[in-house]
Amino acid sequence: MPWYVEALRAVVGTIVIFSAVAVVAAMFGVLLERKVSGWIQSRIGPTHVGPRGLLQTLADTIKLLQKEHVVPGNADPAIFASAVVIVPLAALLDYVVVPFGTTRWGPLVFRDLNIGVLYFAATSSLIVVGILMAGWGSNNKYALLGGLRSAAQMVSYEIPIGLVLITVALLAGSLSTVTIVTVQSHLWFIASQPVSFLIFLAAATAEVNRAPFDLVEAESELVAGYFSEYTGMRFALFQLGEYGEMFAMAALAVTLFLGGWHGPVLPSVVWFLIKLYALIFVFMWVRWTFPRFRIDQLLNFSWKFLIPLALLNLVVTAFFVMVVRR
Amino acid sequence: MIGEAVAFYVLAAITLASGVVVATSPNLMHSAIALVPTLLGVTGIYILLNAEFVAGIQVLIYAGGITVLILFVIMLTEGGTGLRVRQRNEQVAIAAAVSAAVAALFIALAGRTPWAQGAGTLPSYTPGAIGQNFLGPNLLLFEGTSVVLLVTLVGAILIARKEAGE
Repeated sequence: MPWYVEALRAVVGTIVIFSAVAVVAAMFGVLLERKVSGWIQSRIGPTHVGPRGLLQTLADTIKLLQKEHVVPGNADPAIFASAVVIVPLAALLDYVVVPFGTTRWGPLVFRDLNIGVLYFAATSSLIVVGILMAGWGSNNKYALLGGLRSAAQMVSYEIPIGLVLITVALLAGSLSTVTIVTVQSHLWFIASQPVSFLIFLAAATAEVNRAPFDLVEAESELVAGYFSEYTGMRFALFQLGEYGEMFAMAALAVTLFLGGWHGPVLPSVVWFLIKLYALIFVFMWVRWTFPRFRIDQLLNFSWKFLIPLALLNLVVTAFFVMVVRR
Repeated sequence: MIGEAVAFYVLAAITLASGVVVATSPNLMHSAIALVPTLLGVTGIYILLNAEFVAGIQVLIYAGGITVLILFVIMLTEGGTGLRVRQRNEQVAIAAAVSAAVAALFIALAGRTPWAQGAGTLPSYTPGAIGQNFLGPNLLLFEGTSVVLLVTLVGAILIARKEAGE
């Protein structure tokens, strides 16, 4: 393939991924979050804009687009402005390796890398840099505290996620996301690896900074954490990054444990979306049900419980793959 | 080939430009953050060379791990942030001369070396092949590295424990 076709494909892919994530993950995700939280708290949620409140986040986005950009005095303008780009960009990069379904011409994935899950771990780790930049660049103590907490939290929880990724890769015999899904055509990995699945869910909740692990943006202590000082569309871009990352984590969980696009009767993409939204619902359910942890409990939970458990699980799986299965 | 050349020059420009910021910025935070594009530019060159695994590890460890560690240390250091640090002293002329000499030497070397071209096909560069290599021909190196890592881990735990007991 000539290089300019590759370049064009990359540009088109970026636009497609960006608009899909912005509409499906961020806009619809926020609406769903508000509806689910309303339902759990015996409220109705947004109802006024559009049929059953469906256009509420669209209206919010248009409102945010019109708002003024406020840069705090003594903030670091370069870092303050560039942090906005890094967080959503890192979240969008995750989608390159997510297999959404399969067609007659092969799996529906932007690029089937042979280092698929490693790539996912690498790009999602870049978000921490953006969060630290936002926290520091705002010149605000709450933002800085939020940024530092987030860095400590995400660095700690990347380790159990990495160990779970290795465990699944061991079972599948490949790091490629497409191969991992193909291997699960008969038995989903949630059946053979329930412990891994639970570790991944807990660690992913912490990794995307959602309650009960949302110390980063604990409203009662830190206003909104690292993005307290951001206004208008910059604020919206952080929301996009956050929801994009949550959907990416859920998509990865579907790929690794729930058999990806596999399912009877319905088309593969539909199955993928059903599983994706089921997991998103679980994330939201957890968020509106459990109270927040303290930061020391959170870090202890990762280092003293999740990591040893994930290591043990890895050793047992390796033993099974290398000795029993042979 | 044109595409590869264009990509290489763009990546090299990104790496060099942010490298200059790392070395010369009077603000420690700016230096640390400019490390990210530097490392990502190198990652891009790895990808150009078909070394995807190294590229993934580079982003995971360096751009996502080490940079965060550096940022963390700067933020926790009193007076490290927001302070304007002087980046040059009276030795600037000598340093420039030495750097220029080393650069000239490297460029001359690269120009004179007869690079072996098209010697057979590239060895397969998949994670599986790398794993076989680690546990086969390079087992001793691999085990040596793992012992070093283990010592580091035990050391870190010891230091943390002492502080907790006091």
